[in-house]
Parts: sequence; structure tokens; C-alpha cells
Amino acid sequence: MLEARDIACLKGSRWLLRGVALRVEPGEVLWIEGRNGSGKTTLLRMLCGLTPPDEGVIQWVGQPIVDAGEAYRRELLYLGHANALKDDLTLEENLRSAMQIAGRTARSDEFDEVLAQCGLIDRRELPVRVLSQGQRRRVALSRLWFPDAPKLWILDEPFAALDVESVQRLSDRLGRHLDGGGMAVLTTHQEVALPAGRTQRLRLDA
Amino acid sequence: MRDALRAVFLRDILQAWRRRADWLTTFFFFIIVVSLFPLGVGPEPAILRVIAPGILWVAALLASMLALPRMFASDYTDGTLEQLTLAPQPLSLLVLSKIVAHWLLTGLPLVLMGPLLGLQFGMAPDMLPVLFYSLLLGTPCLSLIGAIGAGLTLGVRGSGVVALLVLPLYIPVLIFGSGAVEAVGVGTAPGGHLSLLGAVLMISLVVSPLASAAAVRVALE
Amino acid sequence: MSFNWFRYSSPQTFYPLAGRLAPFFWIAAVALTIAGLYIGFFVAPTDFQQGDSYRIIFIHVPAAWMSMFIYVVMAGWAAAGLIFNTRLSSMMANALAPTGALMTAIALWTGALWGRPTWGTWWVWDARLTSELILLFLYVGFMALHASIDDPRRADKAAAILAIVGVVNVPIIYFSVKWWNTLHQGSSVSITRAPSMASTMLLGMLVMVFAFWAYSIATALTRVRGIILERERHAAWVAQLGTE
Repeated sequence: MLEARDIACLKGSRWLLRGVALRVEPGEVLWIEGRNGSGKTTLLRMLCGLTPPDEGVIQWVGQPIVDAGEAYRRELLYLGHANALKDDLTLEENLRSAMQIAGRTARSDEFDEVLAQCGLIDRRELPVRVLSQGQRRRVALSRLWFPDAPKLWILDEPFAALDVESVQRLSDRLGRHLDGGGMAVLTTHQEVALPAGRTQRLRLDA
Repeated sequence: MRDALRAVFLRDILQAWRRRADWLTTFFFFIIVVSLFPLGVGPEPAILRVIAPGILWVAALLASMLALPRMFASDYTDGTLEQLTLAPQPLSLLVLSKIVAHWLLTGLPLVLMGPLLGLQFGMAPDMLPVLFYSLLLGTPCLSLIGAIGAGLTLGVRGSGVVALLVLPLYIPVLIFGSGAVEAVGVGTAPGGHLSLLGAVLMISLVVSPLASAAAVRVALE
Repeated sequence: MSFNWFRYSSPQTFYPLAGRLAPFFWIAAVALTIAGLYIGFFVAPTDFQQGDSYRIIFIHVPAAWMSMFIYVVMAGWAAAGLIFNTRLSSMMANALAPTGALMTAIALWTGALWGRPTWGTWWVWDARLTSELILLFLYVGFMALHASIDDPRRADKAAAILAIVGVVNVPIIYFSVKWWNTLHQGSSVSITRAPSMASTMLLGMLVMVFAFWAYSIATALTRVRGIILERERHAAWVAQLGTE
């Protein structure tokens, strides 16, 4: 499980976050809410280990994430604001290298299946340059559909730019991930139907 | 692990291949800078022959520096660098793959072109292979040292800062590289210079991936 | 009972300490400079080879020593700030950089002034002068990088990495420049072949070295106070300073 205590972040000379505590157990999703600039993205980046907190400690299964290092990063899938896609490469090339960098070499039939599930199969040979914002987001998100996906998903505005059908598909996928004992932390501005009873909410500007 | 390193490397090469024109900039910059010197100094062959090793090496330094922003900048803006940092593999090794790809795209063309330009300056035939070897050992050092500067200047204000950081650190490479070629010119063996260049390469190979990875992490904070 | 060294690693406790120490170092710097220059200019004998022009070494040599020493100390503070995440260490590194650059500039300037009467030229590409010039570039790079990053914590860390890489590089640069210089015999005049030193010369030099030490510490302490105030201006303890 993921646990954070007394997290604080100093931006310049102002406390962006102070005394933030959270705890996500297997099968739970944590929805982080807040206005623009309330520190949602910063908190997600801290949970990933990209930004060290100025105060407090973040633990993965009882061990500080700094010490867990590689073991933590293996269990983690982070998707930030940016999609990490290369304009000049095709959809499939992008996805393949992203998977390999994340340490999971997927088989060709798995690509076929995932791309079919995400409704991207007819675009697999296209360079990402020609895709729309929503399609790019779907390409980045399609990593979630691969078998044995990491246990902890940290998703920054995953529903942004998606159409209704894709939103539904993603929340279904999220539900199944939680059913399988997965965990997720996400931010979103939209009201999305997240699995009832297993959703915690954290308001940052409260 | 090897899959990830290969993926990083191949992706950079493939991307560069699809955007060939971008990468040829470095190459032509090198040729143009070298060609400017006879126009500035005068076409006197005796003078040009003496200053040729220095000119070629200074031009190689500048060309390699010009290519540095491409090392990480697009990965930084499109979020790829975050994914590399969060990958299970050590970031320093992933960065090293990027540096190797960068050298193949920007350094190797200079190594191959150097001796040809040396001919233009009337270099003696026994100097040309030494020029080739010195560039072969020296340009990887430039890519390695430059990666540190490229990482440190990610997202900073002002675009020229990288030159201030990197050029002073390039100086030993310049001295040993051009020194090797000059040594042949005055009739001494270039072995000492080339070994020293090799030593610089070894040190850079150890220090640079670690320092560049640390720089990238700081930039992402 | 053990003394807690880390007590002074917080800016809040170091600020008043630096304020108490700085005046002593300023006084020492002024007194030692007056004494050193008096010995150097009035007591030390005229050199039979170089006449009176050698007297610039009373400024040149201490400045050159300090310029190199400060770079290493600065890198040490910067590295400590990076490793232990202590803000004060990075602030010290920052406070030292301009002094180090100034020392380098003084060493270059006085070297040129010495070169004119001695060799008849303002600048020679001598190994020491060239290394000193490159050292100035390294200082400029450190300060430029720090200045170009808006977030001070990020700037500290990036500049620290650069300083550490610089320290690894300094011996290589120095060696390469020396090697380069010996191969190009044309300009093999060495600036450090000091005239055979009379004991008063040595004394004057020593006093000047201590004067430069005191000056560097004094400027660093004074400057770090300014940096602390600027960085911590929103902290409660800084606000209290104004009301006291």
C-alpha cells in the first residue's frame, strides 16, 4: 500500500502543500481534488518520487520510496500531463518503446489486442503527429490495458480530452484494476463515476 | 534491462532518421565554420597547414555544442524524460544510451568528414589518420561532457548558458586532440596525446552518465 | 555533554553568528592588508633582477592561491548541500562564488601588470595564466547557471552538480594546459619563477595571504547574510528581525 504522512512542499517562499496525509490500500482509488494551482500535480509527482517532498515521508509497503527505488518503480505506472509520445514515430512504435522502457516487453499479439480494445487498431501505422489530442491521450493510456500492468497507477487528469465512450472505457478498466487488488491515485476535473465504496477523496484547497 | 537500453537508443535513431534535415545542421555547421577560416586568415597554404588541426578541433567543439539542446530538450517537454526517470532501470544507463545515439548522429559524421577537410588545408598524409583517430576518441568525450551541460540547462532562462558551462570543460579534449595532430606535424609521435585522450574518454564514461542523470533529475523536480 | 554542530547548519541560527563573526574578519583583513603592503612596499628589498616591479607578487600570488582554493571550498559546500540537503551549505557556495571570481580576476589583472615590465607584453599564454583564465570561465559558468534558474533550490542543486564536475575537471584542465604549454616552447616564460626570496619578502607574502583569507571569509559571511535574508524573507524569524 501507499502511504504518505505530513507531506509539505515549498514553492519559492510559499507553502504549496502542508501536512498532507494519505493512505491507499489495495483495491482503492484516491481522487485528489482542488483548484488550479492547488498542488495536485506536485503531489502526484511527489508520490512518484520525481519531486522530493520538503517535509514528510512517502512509503510503499512500509518502506520509504527513496529506499525502495527500483522495486517501487517496477510497481508504478505514472502518466503525467504530457503524453510522452514522439510526433515522428508511429503509434505502435511509440507504444512499443514506452513499454520496453517501462521494463515490459510485450508480444505482438498483445499489442493487437490492446489496440483493438482501445479502438486504435486502424491507426497503428500512423505517425502520432496526425492524431488529435484525445487520440494521443488514448494512446498514452493504452499502456493500462496490457496484461500484468503495474499495481499502482498514478494518473494526472487521465479523463481530460477524452470522449464519452473513452471515459466510460477507462473507468471500467479502472474498476477491473481495483477488483484485481490494484491501486490508483488520480486527479480529474470531471465528475466521473468511480467505483463506489472504494473511492477516497482528498481536497487540497479545503 | 537490455531491451530498455536498446529501445531508448533505437527510438532516438529512428526519430532522427525521420527528421534527417535537423541533424544535418550540425554537420554543415562544422564544414562552414572550417571554411570560414581561410576566408578570415587568408589563403596562404603555409599558415593554413599550421593552424589546420586547431581549426578543425575548435570547429568540432562548436558543432558538438550546437547539437547539445537536442540531447534532452524534446524529451523534457513531451514528458519522455519523466518516463525514463521512473523506469526501473538506472537512469544513468538510459542516459548513456541517449548519449551514444547522439554521438552516432552528431559526432561520427565529424569524425568521417574531418580528414577530408584536412586535405583542403594541405595536411600531410601522415597527419590525416591521426586526425581521424583523435576525432574518433575525442568526439565521444564531447558528447559525454556535453550531456551534463544539456541536462543542467533544461528549462533554464536564456539559451546561451550551455556554452558557458560546456566549453571550458571541453578544453582538455581540444588540447589533446589538436595536440596529437600537431605532434605529427612537428615530427613527434602522437601516441601520448591519443592515450591521454583515451584517458579523458574513460573518465567521462564514468562521470558523465552519473552527472547527467543527476542533472536530469534536478531538472524534473 | 556534546556540542551540537548541526545547530549552526540552520540559516536562522547561523545568521546572527555570521553577523557576530564578520566584523572580526573585516578588521583582520584591513589590518593585515595594511601590514602586508607596508612590508611588501617599504621593508622588502628591491629585487636585483626585476627591480621594484616584482612587488606585485604580494597581491598576485595570494589572489591566485585563493582563487583556486575558494573553488574547491565552494564545490565542497555545494556538494554538501546536494548530499545532505542543507540549505545553508548551498548558500555558502553561492556566497563564495563572486569572491572566487574576483580573486581570479585580480590574479589575471596583476599577472598582466607584471608581464608588461617583465616581458614587454600584457599577456602571455603561460600555463598558469591560461589555467587561471579557464578557472574564471568555470566561476562564470557556475554563477550564470545559478542565475538562469528561477527556483533557488533547483538552482542550488544544478550549480552543485556543475561545481563537482568542475572539481573533477580542474586537475585535468591544469595538466592539459601545462602539457600544451611545454609542447609550444615559444612562450615558455613562467610567471611563478619567483625571485630568490628574501625573508622579509616571504613575511610580506605570508601576511598578505592571511589578509586575503580574512577578506574572503569576511565577504562570504557578509554575503551569506544577505542571501539568507533574501531567501528566508517570508519566514517568521526574519519578520521579527525588523521589529526588534
